[in-house]
This record gives sequence, C-alpha cells and structure tokens, in this order.
Amino acid sequence: MLLLFLGPFVLLTVLFFVMPAIITAFLALTNLDAAFQGTYVGLDNFRGLFADPLLPRVLLNTVVYVFFTLICFNTGLGLVLALLTTHIPDRVGTVFRAIWLLPRLTPMVVYGLLWLWFVDPTKYGMLNTARSWFGLAPLDLISASPWLVIVLVNGFIGASLGMVILTSAIKSVPEDYVRAARVDGASSLAIVRHVILPLIRWPLTFVLVNQTLALLTSYEYILLVTGGGPFYDTTVYALYVFRRAIQNGDYGYGAALAFILVVVGAVAALSYWRLLNFERMISAPKIEAD
Amino acid sequence: MEQVTIPAGQLRRWRTPQEVAALAQRARRREVLTQTMIYVLLTLISLPIVVPYLWLVAAAFSERVSYGIIPSGFTLNNWRFLWVANLGFVSGTAGRLPNIWQVVANSLVLAVGTAAIVVVVSTLAGYFISRHGFSRRAGFLKGALALQAFPGITLLVALFILLRSLNLLNSMLGVILVIAALHLPFALFVMKGFFDGIPWDIEMSALIDGASRLRAWYTVLLPQARNGIAAVAMFSFLWGWTDYIYVLTFVLRRSSWTMALYLNSVIGEYRFADYGLMAAVGVFYMIPSLLFFLFTQRQLLQITLGGTKA
Repeated sequence: MLLLFLGPFVLLTVLFFVMPAIITAFLALTNLDAAFQGTYVGLDNFRGLFADPLLPRVLLNTVVYVFFTLICFNTGLGLVLALLTTHIPDRVGTVFRAIWLLPRLTPMVVYGLLWLWFVDPTKYGMLNTARSWFGLAPLDLISASPWLVIVLVNGFIGASLGMVILTSAIKSVPEDYVRAARVDGASSLAIVRHVILPLIRWPLTFVLVNQTLALLTSYEYILLVTGGGPFYDTTVYALYVFRRAIQNGDYGYGAALAFILVVVGAVAALSYWRLLNFERMISAPKIEAD
Repeated sequence: MEQVTIPAGQLRRWRTPQEVAALAQRARRREVLTQTMIYVLLTLISLPIVVPYLWLVAAAFSERVSYGIIPSGFTLNNWRFLWVANLGFVSGTAGRLPNIWQVVANSLVLAVGTAAIVVVVSTLAGYFISRHGFSRRAGFLKGALALQAFPGITLLVALFILLRSLNLLNSMLGVILVIAALHLPFALFVMKGFFDGIPWDIEMSALIDGASRLRAWYTVLLPQARNGIAAVAMFSFLWGWTDYIYVLTFVLRRSSWTMALYLNSVIGEYRFADYGLMAAVGVFYMIPSLLFFLFTQRQLLQITLGGTKA
C-alpha cells in the first residue's frame, strides 16, 4: 500500500531532485566540456571562481537586481497593491489584483515579447513612441540602463505573489481593531502603520524570504529580454550559470557555479519548517488501521 | 462630598443634529476623496500592464499600430502562420519554422503529459500522506516541504547531463518527467490540503459499511477531492504549456519544438520587421492561459499562506 501510493512520488523526486544535486557536486569536480570530455580536476573549478574576471560584475548585477526588485516590487509594490485594493470595494479591488496577476500567468515568451516591444531601440517601440511625443530621440534602454530593465522586467511579475499573500493577510485582520482605531481618531495611514503592519509582520517576512530565493535563482525573463547582454551587463548569477554551462558548454565550471546556488537553495529550503507553521501540517491521521 | 467643578472650557455639550450631520458629511466627503485618490493611483500604476496587453491584441488584428498603441486597418494577415507554410522570411532562412500544428501537437503532448503524471502521482501521495500513519511520516513531510521550497532550476546543468545519460535528451518524455517531478512537491501539498478538508466521518462510515481502505479511497474520497484534482490538472497543464527554459535546454530538434520555442524563433526572425505576426503568434499561444485566467482568477486570488490551499 505504502509503495503503491508513495512509490511514484519518491521515485520521481529522488531521480530528479536528489540525483541531480549529487551529480552537480560531482560535475563540479571535473572539467567536462562541450564535447563531453572531462577528467577529475579536484577543486580547480572552485579556485577558478576567484580568477574569473566576469564574476565580480555578475555578482554586483545580482545584488543590485535582487535588492531593488525585492524592495521596490516583490515586497514594496506587492504591499502597496494589497493595501490599496483592500481599501476600496472588493469587487473593484479584485479587478485590479487580477490585472497584476496576468503577467504571472502569461507564457513567459509572450511576456518577454511585450518587453521587447516596450524597449525596442527603434522608433516603433512604446518607450520611444512616448519619447517622440516630447521630441526626444529614440533610446536603447537596455544599453542605457541595463539594471533598470532587469529590475522592471522581473518586478512586474514578482509583485503579484506578495500582493496575493498580503491581501489575504490584510483581509484576516479583525475588523474590530480597525474600527476601534478609527473611533479613536486614527487616520488611514496611522491604521496601516500601527494596526495592519504589525499584524501582517509574519506573512511579510515570509514574502521577503521566499522572494529573495526566487529572485536569486530565476533568470528566464532576463534571458528572454536581454539575453544577459550587452556583453555581461544584465547577466545575474543564475543566468551566468546558464550561459557558461548550457550555452558555452563549460559543464564542469558551470556545475561549480551551480553548486553554490544549490547549497544556498538547500539551506533556505531546510529553514522553511520554521517559517511555514509546520506543526499544523503534520497533525496525525485519525484512522490507524493498517 | 466635595463638589467637583469642571472648568468651563472642558465642559462638553451635546452636538446639535445639524452639527452631527455636517460632521458626517465631512467624513463622507473625505472618504470619497480618499477612494478617488486610491482609484487614480491604482489605475496609474496598473497602466504599464494594461497597455502592453491591449497593444498585443490590437497589433495581432491590425495592419499598423500608430503611435505605439492606436491600431488601424483590420486584417487577419498576421494570423497567416496558421495556414501558410512559408511565411516569407526576412533574413533568408526560409522554411526554418516547423509547421504550426506540429508545434501545437508537441505543446499539447508536453502539457497533457505533465498534467497526467502530476495529477496521478500527487493524488496517490497526497491521499496517503493525509490519511495514513506510517513511521517516518513527519520525516517524509519535512523532506517534501524542503523540496517544495528548493529552487529546482538550479539543477538544470545536472538535469541536462542526467537526461543525456538516460538518452532522454530531445525527447518530450524527458522534458515531461523533469517538469512534472520539479512541481510534484507543490502539487502534493495542494492535494494533501484537499484530502485534509474532507471530513473523517465520510470515510469512517464507508469503512463501517465494510469497504476496504482502498475502496473507500476511490469510491468516497476521490469524488470529494475532484476540485483539488481539477486545480492540480489545470496548474500542471499550464506548467507544461508555458515552459520555456526546460524545452530550450533539453529539446534541440526542430520537429520537437513547442509553442515557446516557435514564438521565440518568430521573434528572432521578425523582430523590428513584423510586430503584427509576432503579436498574433503571442495571442494564439496565450489562449489557454487566458481561458484559465478568466475562469479561475477569483480562486487564484484567494491563495492562503501555508501551502495548504492554492
């Protein structure tokens, strides 16, 4: 019975989670290349990290990208959207939240296409059309402000998760607290600051931690819109792994780069039990008749 | 008893009805003002999302889009990729795009295959973990929860090598297995949540009537969990349908292309040249996602924290 019901799950997750994690560790100790030739090289790949001339720029990109996307969009805008849409009649609020959910459900290549159109360096793109209204010359935004582009591209997707989670958190704030504060003469801003924010501190922490990890490991939208270029200007760490390993065929070195992300992901994942009210989830089943 | 004297300034008197009405009106006016400001603000920050989608639909059906957003000249010519084999290539690589219906078939195989595996495996495991006790149950749940939080995309390099050694590169089966496996932990908790929500009494009474655990499962519990099964099926269909990175990495043969790779190639060929065609392919590709969005956005917006409901 146990084998029948849990067997397939265990088989698939071991094969595609556990095995790849081990393979990553082993690959990182080889110099496997595009021709799939490689030998054991010990820790050479990890020593190579310190000599990699591209890595400092990539790390700087990553820090800027994660920090600003997280603060401005995934948490900041998510919170603002949740607060604003819960302060108006729910029917209208739902419409606005649905709008913000749309990018997340759009196939990512289509979402990428929308951005390619927006930042199109010729005069036909949205941005340059708008600039022409003010008599400004066309601008290649990706070259001019690479960081701005990668933050915006991910931000418009990322705001929705925080929005959805924080909306349900705000809705579960007891109405009495808000009424009591209002009777005492508190303004809307004061209510947000002193009543709502302290009560949703925990979901807010969850969004922060969860989205930091998500941003650190996601690169598909950047790949679609800028390809990591010009040169390596918009390449973040996770995209660097992809470009070195999959695009250039440096599987050994790519695995060493990936190994660091795997470790970060594993540490974050293992600390999740604290974050996600784990006790409630393991409540024992009521029928014990096996 | 000492007489308490209240200073004249602090003496409260009842407000007259007129004053109360005036106060209430002022409060109402302020409320209207606040609401209006929220509407204006929300509209302004949502425009960057609304405008591109409107453009996408407008561009797909028109000859020109002037000023970036105003469509003119209705046409279906942008949709010619559905019935014309040779699209008239601009960069001299004629005939490079595979047939669209072949691509749609591949995408459907990927999406349906992913959905089938995820639904079956997560329904089995979700039920068992919800209703049965076994040693190491807590350990199993902890492991599954950690896997759910673990970013599977970091394993891409190793998965590539793994699929290559299993001879599953270039095959749809390889991509299906990877996408399904990486989303299984999430689906498991969704299904567990739905099974947790079914009252124990229903199962108990089935057992008392003489049904075995297995029989109680498929005659009583499964029908009760059909909303969960439907939700997981739709989610996993879309994971397969919209996936880009895994097909990009694992599928190199043109005949196995999915919609994501097709659109990506169309963008590569026609960027700066034919936004109408790109938009039409994009809208076509979006149809399943749009349907899903229109029918389920209300439920999607009620995701609660804790991984029990999604």
